[in-house]
Amino acid sequence: MLSRTASHLFWLGRYIERAETTARLLEVGGRNALLPDIGGGYRNDWEAILQSNGSLPDFKEKYGDPVQRNIETFLFFDAENPSSVFACMAAARENARVVRTALTSPVWDAINTAFQELNQFRRMERSKLALSDLTEWTMRSCALIRGSIDATQMRNDGFHFMGTGFGIERADNTARLLDVKYYVLLPNVSYVGSGLDQSQWVTLLRSMSAHRAFGWTYTGELTAAKIADFLILNPQFPRSLRASVQDANYHLDCLTRGYGRATRAQSHARTMLAELVESQVSDIFDEGLHEFLLRFMAQNAGLAGVIQDTYLQGNPE
Amino acid sequence: MTNAEPGFFDEMRSGSQVREAYQSLERWHSSMPDDLRTLKQSEAENLFRRVGITFAVYGEGGDPERLIPFDMFPRVFTSPEWRKLERGIRQRAAALNAFLADVYDRGEIIKAGRIPEHLVTRNDAFEKAAIGFRPPRGVYSHIVGIDLVRTGRDQFYVLEDNCRTPSGVSYMLQNREIMMRMFPQLFLENRIAPVDGYARLLKKTLASVAPDKCEGEPKVVILTPGQFNSAYYEHSFLADLMGVELVEGQDLFVEGDFVWMKTTKGPQKVDVIYRRLDDAFIDPLCFRPDSMLGVPGLMSVYRSGGVNICSCPGAGVADDKAVYTFVPEMIRFYLGEAPILENVPTWQCAKPDDCKYVLEHLSELVVKEVHGSGGYGMLVGPKADKSTIELFRQKIVEDPANYIAQPTLALSTCPTFVEEGIAPRHVDLRPYCLVGESIELVPGGLTRVALKEGSLVVNSSQGGGVKDTWVLAE
Amino acid sequence: MRLSVHHVSRYHFDTPVRRLVQTHRLTPSDCASQRVLSWEVFSEGAVKGAVYRDGAGDLIETISVKGPVTELVVEVRGEVDTTDLFGVLRDYRETVPPGTYLRGSHTTDADADLRALSAEALEGLEEETALNRAHALARAVSGAIAYSPGLTEPATTAAEALALGKGVCQDHTHALISVANAADIPARYVTGYLHSTSDGEAHEASHAWAELYVPGLGWVGFDAANECCPDDRYIRLGSGFDAQDAAPIRGVLAGGVEETLEVSVAVKSQTQSQHQQQ
Repeated sequence: MLSRTASHLFWLGRYIERAETTARLLEVGGRNALLPDIGGGYRNDWEAILQSNGSLPDFKEKYGDPVQRNIETFLFFDAENPSSVFACMAAARENARVVRTALTSPVWDAINTAFQELNQFRRMERSKLALSDLTEWTMRSCALIRGSIDATQMRNDGFHFMGTGFGIERADNTARLLDVKYYVLLPNVSYVGSGLDQSQWVTLLRSMSAHRAFGWTYTGELTAAKIADFLILNPQFPRSLRASVQDANYHLDCLTRGYGRATRAQSHARTMLAELVESQVSDIFDEGLHEFLLRFMAQNAGLAGVIQDTYLQGNPE
Repeated sequence: MTNAEPGFFDEMRSGSQVREAYQSLERWHSSMPDDLRTLKQSEAENLFRRVGITFAVYGEGGDPERLIPFDMFPRVFTSPEWRKLERGIRQRAAALNAFLADVYDRGEIIKAGRIPEHLVTRNDAFEKAAIGFRPPRGVYSHIVGIDLVRTGRDQFYVLEDNCRTPSGVSYMLQNREIMMRMFPQLFLENRIAPVDGYARLLKKTLASVAPDKCEGEPKVVILTPGQFNSAYYEHSFLADLMGVELVEGQDLFVEGDFVWMKTTKGPQKVDVIYRRLDDAFIDPLCFRPDSMLGVPGLMSVYRSGGVNICSCPGAGVADDKAVYTFVPEMIRFYLGEAPILENVPTWQCAKPDDCKYVLEHLSELVVKEVHGSGGYGMLVGPKADKSTIELFRQKIVEDPANYIAQPTLALSTCPTFVEEGIAPRHVDLRPYCLVGESIELVPGGLTRVALKEGSLVVNSSQGGGVKDTWVLAE
Repeated sequence: MRLSVHHVSRYHFDTPVRRLVQTHRLTPSDCASQRVLSWEVFSEGAVKGAVYRDGAGDLIETISVKGPVTELVVEVRGEVDTTDLFGVLRDYRETVPPGTYLRGSHTTDADADLRALSAEALEGLEEETALNRAHALARAVSGAIAYSPGLTEPATTAAEALALGKGVCQDHTHALISVANAADIPARYVTGYLHSTSDGEAHEASHAWAELYVPGLGWVGFDAANECCPDDRYIRLGSGFDAQDAAPIRGVLAGGVEETLEVSVAVKSQTQSQHQQQ
């Protein structure tokens, strides 16, 4: 497969996943805004949300104060914000258009239709659009695209590059969401275990559609350790770091089999997975959750870099 | 239906008689209720949009993914009509290639005084980089698009030749697909020669001109300027139909004696490049140094026999509007045959006598820029107002060599769906001739139709549409 | 005269470069006025290939470097026997019709001043032979543009150089092509090496001059910068429409990469030597 085609498919996967995460972030922010304000050194939730995906400086420059309405605009509709739902969906669709012939009709239809609908939203009056409608629409559209890919695409190298993209982006996004909650969102350590802490954890779980799954898996009080275990180490929860890295590994291994040889990407991915398999949640807290997440995100970005330098540059070594 | 325009050949009717080839279409459209027609028309549009066949014109603004209007009423050729056209097209494609092989080598036609030297050597499309080199099988232009118009029962004229990278063939193929899908009955009632072999023939043609150094199955690719090009859809459509990679310049690189494609399995050698990129952008080390679309060193590999480029850089010197006048001469000179298809009489404004005639008859003539395309920079005298005519008069006086003029041709009409039913609209035809080991032609082409009443401009950028083109099997 | 050449081009890139490709027109070809005894073009770490002779008779080689590299050195060494044929290019294998060189390029397009210079030069010539016309044009360019390095750039056009009245061999050559084309004389850009005599008259070791087409004689060289026709001090490398088209080395870099180039050329005869740093 042409390296550039693989690159477009890889990024198609990443942008779809990223659009979904931005919608999830919006949902977290929207819900958190409904929680009682306890005041006093309280940091603005929305600001934290923007910090988590690195777009706070851009936002401040363009809109000033983080007012919810502006944030919704910025994170959902703003074409200039590269992580807005619109920008991600447009980029996904552009990547898809270029490699249109590598996609099945249902996949193209799903992507193209989502983009057309999104354009219709942009033309509608904002007061007619509820935030929850927008975020739910995004998750539904992304699920449809993903489902079409799963149901109709040939299991060839192109499929596995998309899969690798999904896995890497998802791992990054879960790590960010968790980091927002733990490091940024909570005003200071004294709140750990408080009512506010609890309700924010619940919101985080909800935003990952994991609220009930968590309830079935763990009993007793909601604690940071349980949540970290669930979102980082649980192999069954599809958005956990371990499950995401495992997905990326699976697709990279399929590439190895298809091509008859491995590259540096496989060994990099396997090292990441091995560490997650062997880790205990206590190890993570010993290192510091925030420090662990930062290190993980760097490793994960490193994996993307290696894939870029090998397969996507035509040097599979 | 509204009456035929007097003075124009009506392809469906002769007086009150419907020609035999169109009889089943006459029954078909007259028995079609209005609401069904509207329904089918929007169905066709949806199909086009679904497959993503759209057309973008630089600088026009508006919807970058707008559709070229598709008219459902087919245009029909009988088998004898097509046989003559086919012979004429093959003859012309052969002569154009012979001309290119000659002017890039010994220039016999110039030495024989059959064409003025300056029209060739001072032509911007004449590439110094193609001189002193024989491309595989001596073929320079592998896909020749020949624009034809009909003015009478047996009267066809060639409007222009396209030797570089003629576009539009995807419409020929899609128009047929959509008609077959929407009106299968028509294809049962009429024996219509298929066109869907085009992609296979194109691939065969391209593979047949692989360089000698190629071992085994030739690796063919299509080189596109990228997704922002107006014909990008066609590039990806053809690549998909042929089962070849669609590459951009950045996907290829030169190493040693060959051109390689960057793939996820590592570098893969490329043997034949069907480029949909202008000469100037092919290789920044040979042509425009600022081109980011091409492949540095590609011309060196081409010249040293490591890859073939279709069409050959410099093929455009054969389809230049000033050289066009001499195509009948080429046919006589190289093939020793009489031209089967006629040229439109052309006045060269570069010649003082011609120029004088043109300036005196502007309101009767069609004036074109020598290097223009797409219907831009064109004056249709009988349809133009005074000020437009004066504007062209000035332009011609300032730079006569840049203009040619032709009589206003009475383009034939074909029934076309309009608000009130059907009405005659002017049409032209572009068949696509493939030149490789052999010369191949699928029975059909792209019919373009001027949708505006009375208009003679069929270009899609100027409000033209397209039709399915039938050749009836014997 | 037996001339030996040592020509080193050292490219330095501020960012590592991958898949670097260059075409080299760095090897002289045999003709009546020069015979190549030995010649070698060498670049460390580069793959050489896609060698061909173009229609104008020049040998083109292509090199590629996989990289990433921050430096590329192109080293040329060779020896040539030269004969003074008063600038006439004879027995050179080429097939480009001379008329092709009436087109010029963006760099040599004549403006009103160049056209005027061309017309004045040819006015009132005693003997209107093609050769005299060519000489008159070369003299006019020598007179109109004074040799003065450092004022013009590689991108300077003939019109700009004439307006400035100063320039280097490249500017003289572009201007001469321009005034020749204006007089309907085919003309082209030639690159090569020049061995300078001890009196220091010659200006540049890596040199450029023009060839004008003179019916009966063929291509004849005119070095307007040195007010002479090429003799046995000159080695001819290749030709083109203008400096860019004829460039001994052509390469492109990805956007954002800055390169610096250091060139040293030494052209020596058996008895004399000359060395110059640019």
